[in-house]
Amino acid sequence: MKNNSFDEIKGIDWTVVVVYAILVIMGIASIFATTFRDEDLVSGFLSFKTDYSRQLLYFLISMVLAGLVLLADSKFFTATANLFYFIGMVLLLLVFPFHTDVKGTQSIIRFSGFQLQPAELCKVFVNLALAKYLSTQDLNFSKLKSQIIASLIVLIPSAITIMQSETGLALVYFSFFLVMYREGLPSAILIIGFSAALLVILTLLIDQNILAALLTITALLFLYVVRRQLKRNKSILITTIIIWTACVGIQRFAVPYFFSDVLKPYQVQRIYSTVGKDFEVNTETMSEEDIKKMEDKKKAGNYNVKQSKIAIGSGGMWGKGLMKGTQTRYDFVPEQRTDFIFCTIGEGFGFLGSLFLLGLYLFLLMRLITMAERQRSSFSRSYIYGVASVFFFHIFINIGMTIGIIPVIGIPLPFMSYGGTALITFTVLLFIAIRLDADRQMILR
Amino acid sequence: MPVFNQSRKNVIRLLFLVAFIILIIRLLFLQLASTQYDLLAMDNAVSKKIVYPDRGIIFDRKNRSVLENTLTYDLMVMPTQLKGLDTLSMCKILGISSDQFKERVIGAIMKNGRYRPSVFEGSLSVETFVQLQENIYRFEPGFFLQERPIRSYPYKAAAHILGYVGEVDSNILKRTNYYYQMGDYMGLSGLERYYENILMGKRGVRYQIKDNKNRIVGRYENGKYDSIAAAGRNLRTYVDIEVQALAERLLKNKLGAIVAIEPQTGGVIAMASGPTYDPNLLTGNLRKTNFSWMLRDTARPLFNRAIKGQYPPGSTIKPMGALIALDEGVITPQYGFSCGGSYLGCRRPIKCTHTNAGHASNLRVALANSCNSYFSHIYRLAVDNPKLNGTTNGYLKWKQYMNSFGLGVKLGIDIPSEDRGLIADTGFYNRLYRGNWNSCTNVFLGIGQGEMQATPLQMANLMCIIANKGFYYTPHFVKSIDDATAEDTILNPFKQKHEVTTISGDIYELVQLGMQDVVESGTGRVARIQGVAVAGKTGTAENYGIINGKREKLKDHSWFVCFAPRENPKIAVAVIVENAGFGATWAGPMAGLVMEKFLNDTLSDARWKEVERIENTEIILPIVRTKRNRLDSLRKERIKKMQNRVMASNHSKPSSPKKFPVQYMVHAVANLRHDEEQFI
Repeated sequence: MKNNSFDEIKGIDWTVVVVYAILVIMGIASIFATTFRDEDLVSGFLSFKTDYSRQLLYFLISMVLAGLVLLADSKFFTATANLFYFIGMVLLLLVFPFHTDVKGTQSIIRFSGFQLQPAELCKVFVNLALAKYLSTQDLNFSKLKSQIIASLIVLIPSAITIMQSETGLALVYFSFFLVMYREGLPSAILIIGFSAALLVILTLLIDQNILAALLTITALLFLYVVRRQLKRNKSILITTIIIWTACVGIQRFAVPYFFSDVLKPYQVQRIYSTVGKDFEVNTETMSEEDIKKMEDKKKAGNYNVKQSKIAIGSGGMWGKGLMKGTQTRYDFVPEQRTDFIFCTIGEGFGFLGSLFLLGLYLFLLMRLITMAERQRSSFSRSYIYGVASVFFFHIFINIGMTIGIIPVIGIPLPFMSYGGTALITFTVLLFIAIRLDADRQMILR
Repeated sequence: MPVFNQSRKNVIRLLFLVAFIILIIRLLFLQLASTQYDLLAMDNAVSKKIVYPDRGIIFDRKNRSVLENTLTYDLMVMPTQLKGLDTLSMCKILGISSDQFKERVIGAIMKNGRYRPSVFEGSLSVETFVQLQENIYRFEPGFFLQERPIRSYPYKAAAHILGYVGEVDSNILKRTNYYYQMGDYMGLSGLERYYENILMGKRGVRYQIKDNKNRIVGRYENGKYDSIAAAGRNLRTYVDIEVQALAERLLKNKLGAIVAIEPQTGGVIAMASGPTYDPNLLTGNLRKTNFSWMLRDTARPLFNRAIKGQYPPGSTIKPMGALIALDEGVITPQYGFSCGGSYLGCRRPIKCTHTNAGHASNLRVALANSCNSYFSHIYRLAVDNPKLNGTTNGYLKWKQYMNSFGLGVKLGIDIPSEDRGLIADTGFYNRLYRGNWNSCTNVFLGIGQGEMQATPLQMANLMCIIANKGFYYTPHFVKSIDDATAEDTILNPFKQKHEVTTISGDIYELVQLGMQDVVESGTGRVARIQGVAVAGKTGTAENYGIINGKREKLKDHSWFVCFAPRENPKIAVAVIVENAGFGATWAGPMAGLVMEKFLNDTLSDARWKEVERIENTEIILPIVRTKRNRLDSLRKERIKKMQNRVMASNHSKPSSPKKFPVQYMVHAVANLRHDEEQFI
């Protein structure tokens, strides 16, 4: 390592650091607002037994780690990316024999009072490894082979996380496809992916047969429009037929199969309840325990969203003021320090407060893209894009969930939600980006 | 290579921007466009606790409280907290089956939701309360006891005067513009209803913040929106509760009414309707059951005959006929009529009970002898008064007099649902006789029969007019309101003096003396009181009822009206006993006892014996009695079944059969409404 100190680090983007600090402090204030119970303030903050003081502690640990990251040499990250990826995978796999059951998730390792969620931490390592791979010289991203390798880097940890019943965290890995898109992944793949997602949503909304008819009509209309070209080019006809077959196949067979055999009933129900439909589960094949579990989860999910909407909706324009929100103060919103922390802002500071927070996040994201684009090294660029994508995914899904436009997926709001692993992960993710950006003139491989 | 894809940064930027705009639009709808979330949040976290003030007390003329507030306890249930509780032993204490238990819990959830407490069993009986209080710790927090003040009546009397308090229904909620709320109690009849605004006081409201488990965690906005409860104010009445209780005793086993008024003020001393009921029956948790049984009782104990019973007044109207004739100047007190045993002035002779010559030689004598001929004649004289140009005008004038006496109109007493009685309109006779009628057609009005009906209250008021020599105050119960202010105008109508005649005091004295003769030497001797000059008039009213589809003449109603002492009247009384025959037989002695009790404040032992004799005599139409007895045995059967069921479920300790709280029992009496009542 070189002889570095903070003074010598030129080019640190202090704006991002300030935004980061504001967000974390807002987070601690929100946690304080919801969990403070008239205890003595000094002992409350120093005992590290209250949630807000623990979050403060995590913040301090994060600062130390951020400092270490800033002091490290940029080359350190490129050099160790693959190694870290390997370590990350080992950690993820270690969960299986050593996990402890906490609230239905099997993704947490607990040792001597600390809890570690490798799935959370792994985002850093995957991002580094992906950046490393994408910055390989002579990488041709239009080739299927490189597409597959890049996808595997992302999807392997995702698959392992799903096996630990952490669907939310597993979905986060899909945000890395944005990075791949930026680095040259053919947009056709993304368009196909997007269309498939649209098709799945339509399958939920529209009756199977009607949707099949609609698809057929669309295909026939398309063929009618291009009937002149058809005479010269038969391949259009074949492509259309293949696409039509695929679409109908997905909506008639793949989606029902996926819903009935892959997803858990409560997950299916959450998805359905988000699009505003009631899903009738075939309970005949289920054990009684599963039915009860499903109903509990369904109730809990609906209740959470309802209460969360009430809390945010009752905030109005100006909000009720910090600590004055009746809903968040008195535990009406479950999980309000973790996944539903946004309610505190929504209720306490109203629409303007929410707008301020969203503005802050959007500013951070845009700033990250600007940062990424000014890198000379594609490693740095890919990495920073990865950070932006992961943040974006978390923010959009989390807030979308609290205001009821996205199914309840338990993922934290970056820098705000209570939780040590999450805060440390997001801090490290961000500060590596800042560190790389400080060396933007360097070419890293 | 990367250079080629640089434009894609804008696509990603656009994606971020669009996603955030979606979030902001959604927030816009949620936080600014919809108002429901505010209400939902209030509903979630703020509970409005109503602080009920104590209702005002009602005192009698000697400042004895005729009703009081006592505490009763409701057993409340919190449906979310029932897990793991020993519900079986709760069922045993309450004497219900586990099915009933489930039903009630479901009912509670439907009514108030599972996070809020609901009444599981209201107004617990003393035994149940004692058992529960010892054991309630075992059932907490799923069950808890909540106190609620209810009315109690130490004298067990004056049910019809006081009325009762009950839960408001949706009609009342709408009518009062939602001043009341579901679950509130208000006066539903009697004084409780009429003086509701004064008795209820002012409710206080406390807004409290609660958490997700429905625990109270503090006051909302430091009590900014709270209001303080103000206790209801007390009423002081003219009622003498002991006289009232006596009147109710006298009416036992009979249908009828007694009204006693203080003539100088119009204050009602007693107002009893028979049969009556113990007002304590309509408090507590048996209110609804008792109420419905009373509703089905053929004797109609809920029916206040004193203000709603309408009877032909019979001979008791004669003094009024005299007053009208005197006021119009068609007779003088010296006017005489020769009656030979019947009145022959019209086509059909009207029989008179006297045949001896000179029994109607002047007004005083005619009154004392209650000569039918005399009063038929002077009725015709009044209606055919040459000054008035014809029968129609003459009759209208006569009707105007009757109305000014308070007959055929509502007097406006301070309890609700008074009836007006009947003085027929000329239109009625025109329709009935196609315009072809004269003073002979309705000559029976002169002797209180025909198209004429009066309530006992109105009859007592007539006595006040004679006692006061020409004026009355609207009968009313309440003398004063404690802590009254200028805003309390509710008593103003009762301070207005109603002058009804222009006859001089001397002439009144003659009418009074005629009535005194009735008691001293005439038909009303039964009402005499030692050492007091009583003026009275008996009445025997013919009436009809429809029995098994046939119109039948029933036994006459027995009337007695009077006031005493004659020189300085302190009490005026009207008594009617349905289908009891001559006025002198039953109504007279009852009126005498009531007056004596009031004037002397006590009764001798001999007189108490007389009270007992009257009390124990049953005067009831056979048809009503049969129907009543049938209902009673049905009721006994029901209670027996209930007891058996509870004993069966209590077989752990069969030696202690469950005691039931007071229940309404139909004790073989019945009611017949005056004329033309339909008996199926």
